[in-house]
Amino acid sequence: MGHFHPPSPIPNLMLIFDQSRSGRRAHAQSPGAAPAADDLPAELLRGLPPPLPEVSELDVVRHYTRLSQQNFSIDTQFYPLGSCTMKYNPRACNALAMLPQLLARHPLADAETGQGVLACLFELQEMLQAVTGMAGVSLAPMAGAQGEFAGVAMIRAYHVARGDAARREIIVPDAAHGTNPATAIMCGYQVREIPTDRQGDVDLDALRAAVGPHTAGLMLTNPSTLGVFEQTIVDIQRIVHDAGGLTYYDGANLNAILGRVRPGDMGFDVIHMNLHKTFSTPHGGGGPGAGPVGVSERLLPFLPIPLVVEERGFYRLAEEADRPQSIGRMSAFGGNVGVLLRAWVYARLLGREGMQRVADYAALNANYLAAELRRAGFDLAFPERRASHEFIVTLKKLKDATGVTAMDFAKRLLDYGFHAPTTYFPLLVPECLLIEPTETEAKATLDAFVAAMVKVKQEAETEPALVKAAPHSLPVRRLDDVRAARELDLVWKAPK
Amino acid sequence: MPFIPHTEQDVAEMLASIGAASIDDLFDEIPAELRCAGLPGVPAGLTEMAVTRLMHGRAAQDGHWSNFTGAGAYEHHIPAAIWQIVTRGEFYSAYTPYQAEASQGTLQLLYEYQSMMAGLTAMEVSNASLYDGASALGEAILMAVRANKAGVKRVLLPASVHPRYRAVARTVVGNQGIELIELPYCMERGHTLPEALEAHAAEPAAALVVPQPNFFGVLEPVDALTDWAHAHGMLAIGVVNPVSLALLKPPGQWGKRGADICVGDGQPLGIPLSSGGPYFGFMTTRQALVRQMPGRIVGRTVDMDGRPGFTLTLQAREQHIRRSKATSNICTNQGLLVTAATLYLALMGPQGLKEVALASHARTRALVDRLTAIAGVTRVFSGAYFHEAALRLPADADEVLRALRAQGILGGHPLARDYAELADGILVCATETKTDDDLTDYAQKLSRILSRRREAPPCAYKS
Repeated sequence: MGHFHPPSPIPNLMLIFDQSRSGRRAHAQSPGAAPAADDLPAELLRGLPPPLPEVSELDVVRHYTRLSQQNFSIDTQFYPLGSCTMKYNPRACNALAMLPQLLARHPLADAETGQGVLACLFELQEMLQAVTGMAGVSLAPMAGAQGEFAGVAMIRAYHVARGDAARREIIVPDAAHGTNPATAIMCGYQVREIPTDRQGDVDLDALRAAVGPHTAGLMLTNPSTLGVFEQTIVDIQRIVHDAGGLTYYDGANLNAILGRVRPGDMGFDVIHMNLHKTFSTPHGGGGPGAGPVGVSERLLPFLPIPLVVEERGFYRLAEEADRPQSIGRMSAFGGNVGVLLRAWVYARLLGREGMQRVADYAALNANYLAAELRRAGFDLAFPERRASHEFIVTLKKLKDATGVTAMDFAKRLLDYGFHAPTTYFPLLVPECLLIEPTETEAKATLDAFVAAMVKVKQEAETEPALVKAAPHSLPVRRLDDVRAARELDLVWKAPK
Repeated sequence: MPFIPHTEQDVAEMLASIGAASIDDLFDEIPAELRCAGLPGVPAGLTEMAVTRLMHGRAAQDGHWSNFTGAGAYEHHIPAAIWQIVTRGEFYSAYTPYQAEASQGTLQLLYEYQSMMAGLTAMEVSNASLYDGASALGEAILMAVRANKAGVKRVLLPASVHPRYRAVARTVVGNQGIELIELPYCMERGHTLPEALEAHAAEPAAALVVPQPNFFGVLEPVDALTDWAHAHGMLAIGVVNPVSLALLKPPGQWGKRGADICVGDGQPLGIPLSSGGPYFGFMTTRQALVRQMPGRIVGRTVDMDGRPGFTLTLQAREQHIRRSKATSNICTNQGLLVTAATLYLALMGPQGLKEVALASHARTRALVDRLTAIAGVTRVFSGAYFHEAALRLPADADEVLRALRAQGILGGHPLARDYAELADGILVCATETKTDDDLTDYAQKLSRILSRRREAPPCAYKS
């Protein structure tokens, strides 16, 4: 008798197309036979059927269930991905946003048919306004980057409405997310980068030198992507505002200050929020997000539509006719309503006390993890500073001594069952790991993570080849990115 | 404390490790005058039980409707398996697959999705999705302008394209000095006339947008329009309904050379209507234009042992690498919705999808037959239509729709809001979800409403 080889726990899977058999189908999903479309002109019809797989319902369920098992996720692993706020996504948020009546409602149905959903959206608008200290909020943008776009477009609309057309530049600190400069360009602006000082704050002298009558605005993340609060925020605001520019708050790190300090109180003119971070809507393998924007008084007329308004207890959408100066629509309908409903559930579950606890415990977890890692011999990028909700470890010394890079280190952490922190961002700290534990992780998890970090560091020092070749226990080993880009294989093709 | 696992002992030990006396101390770098005392504008927290009761009440308030509105969002049956799998934590609570080895599930699924969309549209490559169909059109216009070597910043946009898509395209491209030229449609047939394009033949443009079917459900002469665009040095951007492509000629086969970029909304593929979102936008194109394409793209490659695997690729186009030189500021896509659409397309297969398209079209034809049998109800356009049609009512459209709504029917979308010349026009749609009884119910109610109005016009009971 030959040797029995048990299958590896997560076998490398075939494509769904490889499972296709001509004539097989998920019969229960057939709507039944229908008459031919004999009224349609023949020259507009499709010849060959589309090359979709022919599989059974069980084939589909099994294939995609098994694919899901090849993912790391918050529900299965600690996911300390800096700047992404991978906190627990409460199941109630999903269950309640998927009630049948909510799912079935057509986007163009009258407001009379949607008083329930519109009430939730209106309350979410009000709650977001309250936690950010802004004068008005629009839920229209469908993602953080779209919120950024809306924000900068409003800055532009404001200057244009005042006949102040010479302002053509947006200032962005070098630590900013790549979306900031990319957004400024999409809004027709030029980008001026300014440096960060050694403490991780914006370099005020560089800022003073950069502003002028050409300045449309400044985009700032606070706490910054370096994981520290801009201590000179009041000066920054004064410098930009005195020059006639507006200030933009990138809400990527709002989780760090929720309920502690509000962007409106810091003097910002416009902000976006990532509800998939701070308000715990799912990341979904990369979307859908939601990126509501908030504005100060002077930008109110420019908010993207639709807005939800309440008149004597009746909710409706305010559109073009109500909002003639709006920068316009971001989506065909009302934005990512299903995501907004999940955020509403989350906000109602937390309430005002719960929202304050978010920043408290996010900061506690981050500072504890930073302290423990420092104690274990890791270098913090800004050891003199308080961590906000995240912090940076730099592996520069380890790399110089062993050749093991931040990327190698991150890959080895996967073997220990931890999702890697963000690597190589922000760009100005060499060999960096940006670590954000979030408030929903328990001390025991953080301790286990520290132990894994220590173990990998020991391995790097004693057995660097092991770390450099990691991961070893996942469905695939390290992938050839160069080949992926050079020999593009982006779609499956039927064998000839 | 919802979702905070810390015990008092944990907090004490952690503060001791940090060397802080209290959690308050952790915020000591924030200027004191900026800190807020509390959040009076936010209500107190509720238990899950209380929020559940509240939300069930609100959902019940919104109720159930017999819906005959399409206009860019379509009520199709959604197989039960789809959302049970999509909401598995491993898909639901994962993030963008930056760590490829720990994200093979999402990455392989996206590769399969790209393959399905490329196949459905008969184009060479696909991205991993954009926000929605309307913003995808905006991105396609930016892409066509980027690809134009002469730097032409003008795009021809027919008025028969969904009005909301045109509005979003204006928002997306408006700040980059791109001119969108609106093309009229034929009032009799309801589509763009190739001869009407000749007025624009002299001025260069980067692209012509070609919707199929167009907003009115009418089929456009896509071959002639695509060929005209190419003859005048423009790209052709197709805007399509993915379900229709099981039946209609795909953009990659339009005209002699096929469309260059194809976009649309993926909502009909297993995504609930949900008051407008989240949906997803798709984009497919030619291989030659792939480096101009925005959004995430997944490629198949091999690992160190030569085994196949999947990874994000061509990231040099993207904001996190290229910053101000990126093709777009887009980061995430609509991953979870793409997951649903991939399962939908796999479950339906080529035959199932064609049956959905045929059944939807047959129901709409039957609906149009029954409604136009009522005195005074006529089709607005004579052109062939797919699965959606514009009808003219012998009365004020808003009033009739209100009366239908009072009887539980969402009778369609009024056209006057976006097309002043089509006052009294409504756009109706029936999909495979509608039974014969549903169609009869709609026709009978409409007939009664219209005949009551003939007997007693509104002014009679106003006085």
